[in-house]
Amino acid sequence: MAESAIVVEDLHKSFGALQVLKGISLQANEQDVVSILGSSGSGKSTLLRCINLLETPTSGKVFVHGELIKMREKRPGERVPEDQKQVDRIRSKLAMVFQQFNLWSHMTVLQNVTEAPIHVLKIPKKQALERAEAVLHKVGLYDRKDYYPAHLSGGQQQRAAIARGLAMEPEVILFDEPTSALDPELVGEVLRVMRTLADEGRTMLVVTHEMGFARDVSSRVMFLHQGLVEEDGPPDQIFKQPKSERFRQFLSGSLK
Amino acid sequence: MDLAAITDNIPLYFKGLWVTIQLLVLALACGLVLAVPIAMWATSRNPLIASWPKAFIYFFTGTPLLVQMFILYYGMAQFEAIRESFLWPVFKEAYWCALIAFSLNTAGYTAEILRGAMKQTDFGELDAARSCGMSKGLIYRRIILPSAFRRALPAYGNEVIFMLHGTALAGIITIVDLFGAARIVNSRYFVPFESFVTAAFFYLCLTFLIVWGFKLWEKRWHAHLHPRDA
Repeated sequence: MAESAIVVEDLHKSFGALQVLKGISLQANEQDVVSILGSSGSGKSTLLRCINLLETPTSGKVFVHGELIKMREKRPGERVPEDQKQVDRIRSKLAMVFQQFNLWSHMTVLQNVTEAPIHVLKIPKKQALERAEAVLHKVGLYDRKDYYPAHLSGGQQQRAAIARGLAMEPEVILFDEPTSALDPELVGEVLRVMRTLADEGRTMLVVTHEMGFARDVSSRVMFLHQGLVEEDGPPDQIFKQPKSERFRQFLSGSLK
Repeated sequence: MDLAAITDNIPLYFKGLWVTIQLLVLALACGLVLAVPIAMWATSRNPLIASWPKAFIYFFTGTPLLVQMFILYYGMAQFEAIRESFLWPVFKEAYWCALIAFSLNTAGYTAEILRGAMKQTDFGELDAARSCGMSKGLIYRRIILPSAFRRALPAYGNEVIFMLHGTALAGIITIVDLFGAARIVNSRYFVPFESFVTAAFFYLCLTFLIVWGFKLWEKRWHAHLHPRDA
């Protein structure tokens, strides 16, 4: 039995009167690649951001490797992390890759990649450099290591952001629409890197619009609609025999 | 034209130049040290907490530097409690009053420049820092302040030049800075044009050095904002 990496139980999230997540549960085991699909506004990015507490869920539980993230009610309907140190520690094990790359613009690629290992994980500088060089080789950006983010293409920036995450040696990688901001011809280079990571047996949660990636690479696919899980299963099953009408419509819309 | 009055007094001008540089560098250093925490404090989302540093900024950017200096130098001496306290050795010296006024004034302007620059920090970059497990203090130290300093650099360069001009006020309260030296030469020989043009020449030289220094500094610190050299 594989060990659970991420467990989410009955997660709700509201922004004021707007209910974005209306009770979502999910379990991702080690080495799972879970693709999360859904049209815009379905809450898929919010779900991802609730897992590493970039947003604090309104209710519900999040476990990372069996450890419950502690939260307390600040006022009715608004929770805050109870122990920020716990949150910081757990975040350091969950890398996140963003739609807009979010590289630190005043640092070179190499500085971006060594920053958190040195200052958060507190590993020696020399070791951090070796690690950074290894991950930059892996994403094919070693020759751009002294460039600033503004001097790179979108695809290169996203690969640098993936390298930044990998340098933390994370237990899980969260991808938040990693290819949505890229020109079509740059999508491939990022997907190739992600495919390599999946083949290495890394645990990944991927919010995406890339149907091909969801179908071929992921071990499970979830479809979110209006803040609820509408469809959930292995890709073979749910792409061939979708149970929900909504998902069928979504598929026919995106395969056009 | 009475150039002899100037050439005979060149050593006095250099003495004044040295005092001007001292006042400028010390005021900028103290001001910057004060400005960083004030700016951080002023970006607090709690309006009650942010109101104190904002009041400080409002006062020191909202009143003339001359008035601030007069309050310290002439105003404080009016109170017996101050004349008899341990603060008196400070407040009775024109030099210290000027330095304190300049420091607080530039702290106000610099804090406002920094506050604006910190507020412009890219949201996504903060998300990325949080998602790596960085603590609040670490995010300030490694992400917000370094990028805010870079954004603030051109505006801060102007502030340094304004401060240089501001130091001339020291010459009004008996301090022999560049302007004070020019006043002495003028009163001894009655050569207003020559004495003040000479002072202006020295100020221009200082401004030139400051502008040039900031240009080099920007080249270094803004490498990420310019097109990459081929």
